[in-house]
Amino acid sequence: MEGGVQRFGRLREWLDGRIGLKDLEKLAQKKEIPVHRHTIWYYLGGMTLFLFMVQVSTGILLLLYYRPSAEEAFESVQFLMGEVQFGWLIRSIHAWAANLMIFTLFVHLFSVLLLKAYRPPREVTWFSGVALMGLAMGFGFTGYLLPWNELAYFATKVGTEITGAVPVMGPFLGRLLRGGDDVTGATLTRFYGIHVAILPATATALLGLHLYLVQKHGMSVPPDIERQGGGQRRMPFVPNFLLRDIVGWLAALAVLAALAAYFPAELGKKADPFLPAPAGIKPEWYFMFMFQSLKYLPAHILGIEGEIVGIVAFGLGGLFLLLIPFLDRRTARGEPSRLFTWIGIAIIAYMLLFTYLGYTASATK
Amino acid sequence: MAEHVLEPDSSRRGFVNWFLGLSGVAFFLSTVYPLSRYLVPPRVAESTAGTVTLPIKPDDVKANSGEIFKFGSRPAILVRTPAGDLRAFSAICTHLNCTVQYRTDLTQIWCACHNGHYDLNGKNVEGPPPRPLDAYVVNVRGNQIVVSKSA
Repeated sequence: MEGGVQRFGRLREWLDGRIGLKDLEKLAQKKEIPVHRHTIWYYLGGMTLFLFMVQVSTGILLLLYYRPSAEEAFESVQFLMGEVQFGWLIRSIHAWAANLMIFTLFVHLFSVLLLKAYRPPREVTWFSGVALMGLAMGFGFTGYLLPWNELAYFATKVGTEITGAVPVMGPFLGRLLRGGDDVTGATLTRFYGIHVAILPATATALLGLHLYLVQKHGMSVPPDIERQGGGQRRMPFVPNFLLRDIVGWLAALAVLAALAAYFPAELGKKADPFLPAPAGIKPEWYFMFMFQSLKYLPAHILGIEGEIVGIVAFGLGGLFLLLIPFLDRRTARGEPSRLFTWIGIAIIAYMLLFTYLGYTASATK
Repeated sequence: MAEHVLEPDSSRRGFVNWFLGLSGVAFFLSTVYPLSRYLVPPRVAESTAGTVTLPIKPDDVKANSGEIFKFGSRPAILVRTPAGDLRAFSAICTHLNCTVQYRTDLTQIWCACHNGHYDLNGKNVEGPPPRPLDAYVVNVRGNQIVVSKSA
């Protein structure tokens, strides 16, 4: 026992001399988490990170069987689901963790928005977070196509067409994304490259920046708690907060396993460009509020195609969300900012309402 | 050689800096240009099919029905109206590119993606489509249906 400790001690010393283990240790010990009535929201970022890790590992496993071509993609996923032992489990976890990750990411983002954690000096943390949300949606959009089934095929047609309708740059971007004029095998290859190389590389870099900034600035204490003189109580990150984090992650893993086992990912029918779009075509739930909004727009608004008006509006909405740290001057000055609390609530309400309508309003009349 | 004589040195430095900057720009452009050209997919020749003979016999198309067929590399739809006329349109919804289908119950062409409706002249009558479907010319030659792009 004694010898073991000593041997570890020597290994530690050796490592410390080479990679500076003690500095890392000091850093970990220094990190503290404010304890107040909103502390619970601090867990969402770590939860999203955990689910991202799940995505990376299951994604790598899926790569071993997946074949990115229009002729083979569907069949390779079919083989994975039917023949490969636990193939269904890996794919179902990948699909479910993707949904849960986007969900926790949204909750994280909106909790940060409502608790005004974007205020100085954390503007860049907010920007990197909003950019990561964009990347997560990109992951979802590109990953959806990869099984090359009917639903994914038409959802991608619609999604890339929407990109193509963006004023000025649209047609170019649409072609760039599709790898041609239509959604074909070329689109699949492109989406595959984007999904497994470009997005992961970009997301890892941005995530590094995001985590570095969180580390640098520490957790933000909500302004209203600060004003009440709260937020003085702290708990150490290691081990108190980390252990609680891990409890959350284990719970998430259990939920994932249950979802994957009881509701395995479906595959549906292989995409056929010469069949009509099936009824009930729908995007992933996190695009639903936009999809549903576009449905309600008339063909023309003031002589402009309704679609374009909608796309520009959503683009401006995204830009507004990104620039909130600069627009919310009151919070930046340390004053209460009712307006931006209401804006946050309005955005959440809008997304919830239109998502609800997307699943309940009749698609056919 | 004296160190305090800065004038000629600084102009040389300026030149070298300018030159370095220019090389930097040249390097950047010579990397970005091929890269951006690489990312843009090459133009594939448009499908030249101007006329298609369908693998469907005229008698097999019942009144008030529609069927998708390949027009070159794109889907198109053949419709027989309740009155018995044969018509053909591009099956690509003008809204967001989904493939339309014939709705017997509505006697309309319908797009499932966003609930777009077209009448039997291909005109957009309800929902989000901004334009009518492209119409093709249908000729029945003996036992064959020949569809061509409008002359």
